[in-house]
Amino acid sequence: MQTRTLISPTRLNRPGAKAAYWIVLVAVIVTFTLVFVGPLYWMVTGGLKTAQETAQSPPTWWPAHPDPGNYATAWSQLSLGRLLANTVLYAAGALAFQLVFDVAAAYALSKLRPVLGNVVLAAMIGTLMIPATVLIVPQYLTVLDLPVLHANLLNTPWAIWLPSVTNAFNIFLLKRFFDAVPEELLAAGAIDGAGPIRTLWSIVLPISRPILGVVSIFAVTNVWKDFLWPLLAEADPTRQPLNVGIYSLSQNVPQNILIAALAIAAAPTVVVFLIFQRNIMSGLSAGSLKG
Amino acid sequence: MTATAAPQRSRRSTGGGAGRRTHRYSLGVQRNVTGWALLAGGVLCFVLFSWYPMIREFVLSVQQTKYGETSFVGLANYQRVVHDPAFWQAWRNTAEFTGLALLFGFALPFLIAVVLNEFRHAQGYLRVLVYLPVMLPPASALLLFKYAYDPGDGLFNSILSTFGLPTSQWLQSTTMAMPSLVLASTWMNMGGAVLIYLAALQSIPGELYEAAEIDGARLLRRFWHVTIPQCRLVLSLMLMLQVISTMQMFIEAFLLANGSGPEGATTTVVYLIYQHAFNLDDLGGASALGVLLLLVLAAFAAVYVRLDRPRG
Repeated sequence: MQTRTLISPTRLNRPGAKAAYWIVLVAVIVTFTLVFVGPLYWMVTGGLKTAQETAQSPPTWWPAHPDPGNYATAWSQLSLGRLLANTVLYAAGALAFQLVFDVAAAYALSKLRPVLGNVVLAAMIGTLMIPATVLIVPQYLTVLDLPVLHANLLNTPWAIWLPSVTNAFNIFLLKRFFDAVPEELLAAGAIDGAGPIRTLWSIVLPISRPILGVVSIFAVTNVWKDFLWPLLAEADPTRQPLNVGIYSLSQNVPQNILIAALAIAAAPTVVVFLIFQRNIMSGLSAGSLKG
Repeated sequence: MTATAAPQRSRRSTGGGAGRRTHRYSLGVQRNVTGWALLAGGVLCFVLFSWYPMIREFVLSVQQTKYGETSFVGLANYQRVVHDPAFWQAWRNTAEFTGLALLFGFALPFLIAVVLNEFRHAQGYLRVLVYLPVMLPPASALLLFKYAYDPGDGLFNSILSTFGLPTSQWLQSTTMAMPSLVLASTWMNMGGAVLIYLAALQSIPGELYEAAEIDGARLLRRFWHVTIPQCRLVLSLMLMLQVISTMQMFIEAFLLANGSGPEGATTTVVYLIYQHAFNLDDLGGASALGVLLLLVLAAFAAVYVRLDRPRG
């Protein structure tokens, strides 16, 4: 039995209400399928059509002469393999850097509380108030000529990896989770002679798996979906992630080939999402609300 | 390295029969050393890519670089960008996008969540559907929309004309360009909000609805007096987040309307910043615009927090 919502179960069980419920439900299912799956269907079948057929009005429901070769052409013409490899490289690196630096920082701020820790925390959380796009110009200049080191990080993975660490929201989520880890648990570890690092590694991290999952999803999707920053920081088309590269290379490509490329670009995350949707969605709604 | 060395040092000091005070002292030092060692990586990144750029933004906005020489110019950059006719148009466009995006992007996901929450069947399926577009790379979704918006033989006009409805110029029209961006943006981003609202709705205790019903409250009254107040916190938080994120709209205009759109109909403030910095080589102007956007959003946040507090 489900929990009570706006409309009471007894009311729904009346014959008239039952019919109305099913009509609304079916209407919503049909509408949602059309609105949210329709464009994807159009994309996948559009990639199979000939150039003339994609431009045809009214559009055909099913390609007259389906040509899977379009996908192969798109793959090589937009060098999707390289773009995908770049994206994976950036996302994996950003994830690793965030898991190491942000987890370490959140743990230090939550459990070790070194001198000036509160100031650091406030300054980190304060960056949440600064709209990200406002800082693109000075950030670009910083990456162009790193202070002290005078290194140019443009068109290197570092330009994506290092700024991704400044994810105050992830630090906030992690710190809140670590705050809730009972002190007794840590004290027990300390009595057994475990130092802070050992405690973090063998006591705190194993019980933090849910929040680490949420933070990882955020870290990866941020890189996957970011556009303006990689457009500037990875201006070299051979170094761009998928989301930017597909735009840069889309200019002189025939419509059917580009649609095939869009479908290929969409496939990895959609497939991963459909496989892990239960975990991803429960993790996201729990993490965003209670975290 | 310091981090792993620290615990050993403390253990040695306790083993060596040191006094209790020195022991506590060394524990404190150890805690601080380890703490800062763990913080170092994160803090360094924040210094380089967040805190320092923030200060630099303000400095750049009162400077001008000409022929490789940088000089202090006071508020000249601000004066120049404000007197640019594109400035006010960009703010109007940004406000229009934010307003329309709130109308659809704020109200619609909540209504969808309320309806989904009533369903005893297929809820999981519908939730996956709504969230599906969030998973696409934005460029993929937007370039697809661009084809669909084609005024000649695009999908939308084909569908409209099949049903005998009037077609539209979509992105080519000065009046429809912005709503077209909002439509694409809402489709793309709605899923996250729906998910958060659903979680909020599911945490409303059922007894509240029962009590309201016993008191004779009909459907709309229950919605108004139970659902909305119970979700108020989440609703108000999402409202603020959404205003702040839509005020920074960039990719929709950049990909769908080549940035400025017909007669500048889709030029947003962030696009103007981008243009000043990377097309006009005017870092001072771009930074001045950035500071202005920052101030407007900060003022909005301040007013919002004030209005929000007394009732909470």
